[in-house]
Amino acid sequence: MSIRHGLLALLERGPRYGYQLRAEFEDSTGSTWPLNIGQVYTTLNRLDRDGLVRALPENDGGQRPYEITGEGRAELALWFATPIARADRPRDELAIKLALAITTPGIDVQAVVMAQRSATMRALQEYTRLKRTDAELPWRLVLESMIFQSEAELRWLDHCETALVRYDKPAPAPLPTHDDTPREARR
Amino acid sequence: MNAVLQLRDVQRTHGTGEAAVHALAGITLDVLAGELVAVMGPSGSGKSTLLNLAGGLDAPDAGEVLVEGVALSTLRRRELAGLRRRSVGYVFQALNLLPSLTAVENVALPLELDGLAARKARPLAEAALAEVELDGYADRFPDEMSGGQQQRVAIARALVGQRRLVLADEPTGALDSVTGEAVLRLLRARVDAGAAAVLVTHEARHAAWADRVVFLRDGRIVDASGPLTQPEQLLEPAS
Repeated sequence: MSIRHGLLALLERGPRYGYQLRAEFEDSTGSTWPLNIGQVYTTLNRLDRDGLVRALPENDGGQRPYEITGEGRAELALWFATPIARADRPRDELAIKLALAITTPGIDVQAVVMAQRSATMRALQEYTRLKRTDAELPWRLVLESMIFQSEAELRWLDHCETALVRYDKPAPAPLPTHDDTPREARR
Repeated sequence: MNAVLQLRDVQRTHGTGEAAVHALAGITLDVLAGELVAVMGPSGSGKSTLLNLAGGLDAPDAGEVLVEGVALSTLRRRELAGLRRRSVGYVFQALNLLPSLTAVENVALPLELDGLAARKARPLAEAALAEVELDGYADRFPDEMSGGQQQRVAIARALVGQRRLVLADEPTGALDSVTGEAVLRLLRARVDAGAAAVLVTHEARHAAWADRVVFLRDGRIVDASGPLTQPEQLLEPAS
């Protein structure tokens, strides 16, 4: 997701200025995605340039509200209507790390899996604790998304652990040593 | 030291000779009052054996199990049965509700077995049913209730009276995810009110309700997670 679409969605509720947008954005994601005000203004400027929002006159407090345009609404509708492709998400560093751990000499892959499982379990406990307290529906859905993702990661880690038990790490291929090379080639 | 359950290097082997299976190969675990500990691990890792030993339903081959400071091995059979009824509540995946008894009679049963008169046991059982939001269902028979309601009756039976230790084995078993969560909330509420509980589950999402999660592999604790909420454990002399 881009901040761009997040801001468009908030502006669909009515005109807002930068600080309001930041506060509402963080509210709706339970502050899991903190924004700095600079990002908000940069994004608003780009949206304005692209004709998706329009700046309104400053209010008495010197704040400049923005409103969504017809084009902005169309862009927002398209965003909601378009499923997010797996390929658009960032690469999974954990999967890559484990794949490398298996082929890197001297790395205890089981220990890497175990450390990750403890950390993911802790995160899952924390999300559950947050959910237990007072989560309103939008924030609860964000939390539950993180809960299900952590759960999937834990299941995958269990799977990795089982697969590792049956896997013999190949001995690293021996590099040619000087002793193996013909005498003449040493020079 | 307010550990309600203590396992001290507990070992349990099923079978003998070549067929011997080391269900638990030396487990040390404390569960404090106000603490919910989840036990996870693949099938055959020793989860259920651990729970049976904790509840005195099975005895270890070596090591010691203490409930509220009492070593179970020092108790006679009748004393052990008494301690199980008074101090330990069980929630199993199979509910084991007696079909010929109403909800309130099922819940009151452990109290009556413990010698409490039926007229005294009933109000306690009704209170336990209210705790699981089943007031008004006291006189229904199990087959007149939904699966989720029956599960709550089973939980009320586990919580009735002053049980300080609750042992739950996949208590959300066949329930849909929303009802399952309600069960976990109940367990959590009882723990927050001061009980100690052990929850055996293979669902990480359920284990996450615990203060601490212990992973078993081949009868050993291989990993544990949880915030360091008991600094006194660190201060305990390593004896």
